[in-house]
Amino acid sequence: MSNSNLTRRGVLKSGAVAGAGVALPTIFTASSAAAYTNEPMGGSVTLGFNVPQTGPYADEGADELRAYQLAVEHLNGEGDGGMMNTFSSKALKGNGILGKKVEFVTGDTQTKSDAARASAKSMIEKDGAVMITGGSSSGVAIAVQGLCQEAGVIFMAGLTHSNDTTGKDKKANGFRHFFNAYMSGAALAPVLAARYGTDRKAYHLTADYTWGWTQEESIVASTEALGWETVNTVKTPLAATDFSSYITPVLQTDADVLVLNHYGGNMVNSLTNAVQFGLREKQVNGRDFEIVVPLFSRLMARGAGENIKGILGSTNWHWSLTDEGTQAFVKSFGTKYGFPPSQAAHTTYCQTLLYADACERAGTFNPCGVGEALEGFEFDGLGNGKTTYRAEDHQCFKDVLVVRGKENPTSEFDLLEVVEVTPAAQVTYDPDHPMFTGGALGECNAG
Amino acid sequence: MDAIILQILNGLDKGSAYALIALGLTLIFGTLGVVNFAHGALFMIGAFCAVTMQRILTLSYETIDATKTDFLGNALKVKTPYVESWFGPEMGASIIDWAVPLAILFSIPIMLLVGYVMERGLIKHFYKRPHADQILVTFGLAIVLQELIKHYYGANPIPTGAPDAFKGSFDFGTLLGFDPNTVIYPYWRMVYFAFAAVIIGAVFAFLQFTTFGMVVRAGMADRETVGLLGINIDKRFTIMFGLAAAVAGLAGVMYAPINSPNYHMGMDFLVLSFVVVVVGGMGSLPGAVLAGFMLGILESFASMNWIKDIVPGIDQIIIYLVAIIILLTRPRGLMGRKGVMED
Amino acid sequence: MLGLSKKDTKFLFIVIALTAATPILLQPFPEGSAMSQFNAGYPDLMQRFAIFGIFAIGFNILFGLTGYLSFGHAAFLGVGSYSAVWMFKLLSMNVLPGIILAIIVSGLFALVIGYVSLRRSGIYFSILTLAFAQMSFNLAYSVLTPITNGETGLQVTLNDPRILGQQVAANGNVPPTNFFGLEMGSSLKIPVGGWEFTFNAGYYFCAVIAILAFYLSLRIFRSPFGLMLRAIKTNQTRLNYTGLNSRPYTLAAFVISGMYAGLAGGLLASMDPLAGAERMQWTASGEVVLMTILGGVGTMMGPILGAGFIKYFENIFSKINENVLHQWFSFLPDGLEGFVIWVAEHFVGSGWHLTSGVLFMMVVIFLPGGLVEGGQRIGKKLKRKKSDGDGDDAEHHPKQSPHVAE
Repeated sequence: MSNSNLTRRGVLKSGAVAGAGVALPTIFTASSAAAYTNEPMGGSVTLGFNVPQTGPYADEGADELRAYQLAVEHLNGEGDGGMMNTFSSKALKGNGILGKKVEFVTGDTQTKSDAARASAKSMIEKDGAVMITGGSSSGVAIAVQGLCQEAGVIFMAGLTHSNDTTGKDKKANGFRHFFNAYMSGAALAPVLAARYGTDRKAYHLTADYTWGWTQEESIVASTEALGWETVNTVKTPLAATDFSSYITPVLQTDADVLVLNHYGGNMVNSLTNAVQFGLREKQVNGRDFEIVVPLFSRLMARGAGENIKGILGSTNWHWSLTDEGTQAFVKSFGTKYGFPPSQAAHTTYCQTLLYADACERAGTFNPCGVGEALEGFEFDGLGNGKTTYRAEDHQCFKDVLVVRGKENPTSEFDLLEVVEVTPAAQVTYDPDHPMFTGGALGECNAG
Repeated sequence: MDAIILQILNGLDKGSAYALIALGLTLIFGTLGVVNFAHGALFMIGAFCAVTMQRILTLSYETIDATKTDFLGNALKVKTPYVESWFGPEMGASIIDWAVPLAILFSIPIMLLVGYVMERGLIKHFYKRPHADQILVTFGLAIVLQELIKHYYGANPIPTGAPDAFKGSFDFGTLLGFDPNTVIYPYWRMVYFAFAAVIIGAVFAFLQFTTFGMVVRAGMADRETVGLLGINIDKRFTIMFGLAAAVAGLAGVMYAPINSPNYHMGMDFLVLSFVVVVVGGMGSLPGAVLAGFMLGILESFASMNWIKDIVPGIDQIIIYLVAIIILLTRPRGLMGRKGVMED
Repeated sequence: MLGLSKKDTKFLFIVIALTAATPILLQPFPEGSAMSQFNAGYPDLMQRFAIFGIFAIGFNILFGLTGYLSFGHAAFLGVGSYSAVWMFKLLSMNVLPGIILAIIVSGLFALVIGYVSLRRSGIYFSILTLAFAQMSFNLAYSVLTPITNGETGLQVTLNDPRILGQQVAANGNVPPTNFFGLEMGSSLKIPVGGWEFTFNAGYYFCAVIAILAFYLSLRIFRSPFGLMLRAIKTNQTRLNYTGLNSRPYTLAAFVISGMYAGLAGGLLASMDPLAGAERMQWTASGEVVLMTILGGVGTMMGPILGAGFIKYFENIFSKINENVLHQWFSFLPDGLEGFVIWVAEHFVGSGWHLTSGVLFMMVVIFLPGGLVEGGQRIGKKLKRKKSDGDGDDAEHHPKQSPHVAE
């Protein structure tokens, strides 16, 4: 780690001072000086990693940060290069981005849209970050994406699963690698139908906020298309910790599947409570009662302990995949930190690489140029097989994993097993699918 | 009907946790006159006593199993808990299984100690300070305690299961003539309710029937006069603080199997427990218990589907709505006395 | 002058001077130096200092003068933000209508909540306000999503009507917030030596309003109305015995402080057109209580200091990461460096909560009157002995003087 002037501004400043002289102040406004917001002038470029460091998602945020640091190392030519070696695009050379050394600043989103925007603003205004990435909830992602659009920098979304991020709230400057609720439904429904039958009756418990609703909508639509019936959909307060009073009404219905549209702490508690009330052992109409958790996170699933065994869900990526991209990443990450990366770490690592690669191919950090390079970009070797960044909505289309809680884990990380890899074609939808309409990308903004 | 019975049970269960926390808060407020914002943190520390007990029991040594590989392709290190090698795999496993009940024994001295240190080290200096200062200092303490826990245990919830003997649920319905499997209730939740009832009963009996309790009650009513009688009321108050901490801690230990503990569970309960205390009436122990159970039951009823269909979102606000209605109809909560915390 | 005593006028002018010079005072370290992490002179944070200063000044009118501790003031801030953003969506991106509506709506909101809550006093009043605020938050997050956009927060979009203004700016984006054409985001950057000072239009807009708010609160503190409020704090019962109904006075104080909160909320939305529901959560209400107590209840300057203190820690300490620590301590020998970094790591980055918790405790234990009392003590010491007091502080609180600037 070099210890000299590290920020872009520092370098800029020495240059400006040398040129203009100390006594004579040069006056310029933010919009007219550079070609675009925070154009890197010196020998380095600053990226902003905005992750939850406090609050319930702090562990996920910490894992994202680890992946970011690893990505920066690899971009700067340190370490073993990780997925840069397996990435289908060979534009990155391990000498930073466009020859500039990659620096980064970190911030705390607190998983609150306000705090996340404040943190992102300070990165843009104070540290001169030219790209913001990270986050562990859709609310935060959408809020920060809006800010980046206004400020004229690129936003590479982290863990955000709501349809809205690349649906009604999509922005020209924002890009998402992670999958979404629609894809979860499309991937999960056929597996559910194959394993549990096509005449099931589902009862949904849904976290009462935007993400929960889009996921419920997606799962209901895709399971009903295969013949399932939806008995009831019940909203639960975000602040709920004890779900018993939402679980017991399930006992009174003839539902034989419980779908938990919860994430994080909500998911851990609702699943634990459901198992406490004996739903796993329950028989309805002569068939086993089943529980489904459409969005699985391995980090969070640990909190539910052995309750997750045998439960189906979907995930963006899992470290046990055997393609060479995944293996390179797991090796690189595992060697450095001593445990395998989570899906949050994977998506943020990919986003950093994808951004850097787009800059190289565009030959500029200008958000409009970078955006153009990302739009319609097809790549492989980042652990998800063939992937496309669709130009119409800036969503990545790739295979989706259907996973199940493992019955006999060999270690504390070995919690999920991949049941099926749903091909990208099966989870692809039209850009003007009704679940995704109501917004427009707008024009790219370079500040 | 069966739905209502189940929601009453749910309510009693939630109410047990509220009542236990509110009871401790009221003990501290009633005896010491201190508004303790760190009380939720004590509950959280209790739950982490259970986690720690589980960690201690599962302390392991590693052996290398060359036939399997870990995620990096190296030989897998298999962890075997020491208790399993000392007592044999079966006996060891069942000891680990009983971590939570064992943690009760472990938590009582710890919580008494935490309470003692808190009172002597910090709270003592704040008896004469304004309530605002008490709130600030205890809130600061709560943050510090919670961040320390986060640092050692991480932010994610940690599974802490009940012993296998208490897994599964009891079929109430068959006793009452319902169809099998319609009115069932998990064993551990019933244990929690019974446990709460015992603790609440013990605290009341202690205050009612022992000389110590009598002096404390007298001190609650009129501290100065009791002091003038030559009784060292301060020392007794310290013990009361320890006791209140132990009650909160025990509530936390037993809660661990119901919901996996995480570092911010104390903050989640903090606001709610203050609402409970105030609805019950500041300084009234029976009030706190009554309000705890009442709000627990109302919260459960509000989450029933047909009620939610009539008033959308009612389950989000029920506790606060009830608090407002009660405070407007009964000026000092359900059982509050005049002049306590009114200025 | 201005209806103020000579001493107060001097005080006001000092505040104005410090506020105007904030962009310079908050940049004590040259760009690129290791200490530049502690610089806070960037627009967003300066705006927040001014806005939360207003919030805390308003809160102090209620709490400092009447002694009524509201635990739900964040609700008014949130309502103000939502009103302002709705104006940006429907009318135009000019901040003036938004701010005016924010003040009016939050005033009405405060009138209703205050009318009900003020029927009780003490902790019963606190819990009533808390209950109203938590209800607002819970509903805004879920059921009221059509109005509040729930979890994501209310944002301006390209599809909004904006009947009086531009719907879409020339570059195809949502137009920026402005004050009759003066864009809130525009800044003048002046490099001087190794320093760079940012003079931001939005900050000065907030600062002017903050000074007006400060002046108004100064007038209230010194007025017969203020005296009456103090009487309520001292002994409400006695006041009632004299045949005086105190309720209208407390209600007026409550509504005024609610309008201050609404103004702060409207300004927040004007600087950054997004209104998130978390603004109304109890933690946000608690924050303004902490700001006021931390700074010094009932003092003029205290709440502003407290607001600056808390916002500074939230925004600066959370951004210090391991790399930055390595830069700072690289001069130490390896083993020692590792140890120092290990210790420091607990208090910065993800540990900034711990730092703020420890500081709350320290302040309230050692400075019972808040930061203002601390300042007075230092002032007294300095008068007696000039060369005392800059030992251990220099490293950890390079920000003290800038806080006063607010």
